[in-house]
Amino acid sequence: MAASVSTQSLGDDQRFGLSRHVVLPGPLRLDGGGFLSPVEIGYETYGTLNADGSNAILICHALTGDQHVASPHPRTGKPGWWTRLVGEGKPIDPARHFIICSNVIGSCMGSSGPATIDPSTAEPWGMRFPVITIRDMVRAQAMLLDHLGVGVLKAVVGGSMGGMQAISWAATLPERVRACVMVASTARHSAQNIAFHEVGRQAIMADPKWRGGAYYESNDPPAAGLAVARMAAHITYLSEAGLTEKFGRRLQARPDRPDGAKSFGFDADFQVESYLRHQGLSFVDRFDANSYLYITRALDYFDLAEEHGGLLANAFRGTKTRFCIVSFDTDWLYPTSESRSVVQALNAAGAAASFVELSSPYGHDAFLLEAPEMNRVIDGFLRAEP
Amino acid sequence: MSEALRPDLAIIARHVARGARVLDIGCGDGQLMAALRDEAGVDARGLEIDPANVASAVARGLAVVQGDADVDLAGYPDKGFDYAILSQTLQTARAPDQVLDHLLRIGNRAFVSFPNFAHWRVRLSLLWGGRMPVTKLLPEQWYDTPNIHHVTIDDFRAFVRQRRITVEGSWFLSRGRPTSAAAANFRAEHAVFLLRR
Repeated sequence: MAASVSTQSLGDDQRFGLSRHVVLPGPLRLDGGGFLSPVEIGYETYGTLNADGSNAILICHALTGDQHVASPHPRTGKPGWWTRLVGEGKPIDPARHFIICSNVIGSCMGSSGPATIDPSTAEPWGMRFPVITIRDMVRAQAMLLDHLGVGVLKAVVGGSMGGMQAISWAATLPERVRACVMVASTARHSAQNIAFHEVGRQAIMADPKWRGGAYYESNDPPAAGLAVARMAAHITYLSEAGLTEKFGRRLQARPDRPDGAKSFGFDADFQVESYLRHQGLSFVDRFDANSYLYITRALDYFDLAEEHGGLLANAFRGTKTRFCIVSFDTDWLYPTSESRSVVQALNAAGAAASFVELSSPYGHDAFLLEAPEMNRVIDGFLRAEP
Repeated sequence: MSEALRPDLAIIARHVARGARVLDIGCGDGQLMAALRDEAGVDARGLEIDPANVASAVARGLAVVQGDADVDLAGYPDKGFDYAILSQTLQTARAPDQVLDHLLRIGNRAFVSFPNFAHWRVRLSLLWGGRMPVTKLLPEQWYDTPNIHHVTIDDFRAFVRQRRITVEGSWFLSRGRPTSAAAANFRAEHAVFLLRR
C-alpha cells in the first residue's frame, strides 16, 4: 500500500476505488463518553485527488443511505442513490473532483455498527454498541480522510441526515471545510421528527423477533417491525399532493378485477397501501433493524445549537467556510423554516451564505429526484472559489 | 467583462470603496454584486425575494439568500457591512421606513435608489390622462404593481431630514443621464442617495 497519495500511484493504491473497507485502530472518542475501537469504515472514492489536494468532496448520506452514491448497490443492483448530482458531466464530477462517500458508523454497510463484531466478545455488538451522534459520524469520517491523505475538503455535501453531517462538519472541523452544501435538512430534530422516529423504534422493539437486539445468530431478524418503521418514515418523505397525484384513492388491481375492488377485509385494497407495504418489505432485505434504532437515535439527539451554548450562530463564529443551503417548499419533514434558522445564524455570524427554497411537488424526497434547479445552484456554488 | 449596468447601479458601483463589505438588498440575479466582486474586489452578499433570481445569482457564484427585506433584515448584525444597498426596492417594501432603519443599522453607509413618482411624465399622466402612470420605469398596472409605496424625491429629502439622516451624496438620472439636483423632483426619473446615520 502506498504511504502517500500521488497521482501516479492512485491506480494501484488499494485505498481508492469502489467498495473499499478499512479497519482503523481508533480509538474514536464518542459524544456519549465512551470510545469506539477499532473503527471500521466502508466507503467508495471516485476520481483522483489532484497534486495540491484541493479537489476533494465528501458526500454524506441519509438515514438509510450508504457509500454507493454513484455506483450500483451491491444487494439491490439499483443505481447509486445520488447519480443525478454525482457522475460524469454532473455538478460533482469524478473528472474534476476526488469524491469520497463513506457509510456512517452505526449503519450496516461495512462500517462499525450493531451488526459488526465486538472484538472483546468476538460476537456482534447488538445493543452493546455505543449510542452515537451525528458529530461522532463526522469524526469517524475525519479519521477516514486522514487515512486517505485528504487534509482540507473543497466541499462537504449532503441531503437530509447527510445535510446534518455537512453542517456538523463545518461547525466541528471548520478548518478542514472550504464549502458546505446542506440540502433538505435541519440543524436540530424537532419534536415531530423525534415522534415519528419513536413510532419506528417502538415498531421494531415490539416485534418479538427483535429479542433485545440479539437476533443475529437466529438469522431471523425483526423484519415485520422494521418494515412498519420504514412505512411510517416513508410517509414523511412524501407530500400529500404527491401521494394524491400518484395514488389518490385508487384501488389495487386484482386477477379477477383489473380495476380493483374493496375486499371488505384487510388486504391492501388501496394502491397506496400496496406501495407502502412494498417499501417496507424491500427495505428489510437491505437494512439492519438495530442500525435503524441507532441512527434514528443519533438524528433525534442532533441539536447543533445545543452543542454551542444554545446559540446556533456560535457554531459558525469566525468561520471562513462558504455555505449553500437548499430547501424544498413541500418538504414537511425538514421544512424551509428550519433552513431559514440556519441561514439567520450564518448571517448573524457574518458567514458567506447562500440559500434558496426550490419548488417541487415531491416533499422531502425531492432532493433525490430530478431537480435541475438544485443542480444549477450547487454547480455554480461549487465552481465559485473565492 | 460584466454586462452593462443599469445607470443607477453604475453610480453605486462607482462609489463603493474597493474591497468593501456590501449587502445588496433586492439584488435580483446579482448583476451589481458580480460587477462589484469582479471589478472592485468587493465581498458582496445579497438578499432577494424571487427564488429564480436567487438560483441564478448563486449559480454565478454569489452569496445570495432568499428572503424578504420586510422580514429578514432583522437577523443581520449591526454594522456588519460597509455598505447596505437598496436599489429599486424601497417602493416595494411594506414598511419602507423600517427597512431604511435596518439599512442604516446593518451598514455603515447605505445606498438607496428609487423611481421618482414626481417626474413630469408621471405628473402629466395623472393630470391629463387621469390614470395611474404606466412608464418605462413603472411598467405595471395599478392592480399588479409591486410598487406599493410610491415616493418622490422631495418626499425622500423631507424624510431623511426629519429622521436626521446624513446625505453624503445624491445623484439624479433622466433617461440614464445625470440631471441637476435643483429641478430633480420634476426632471429626474430616478434618484440615488448615499446615506449615513
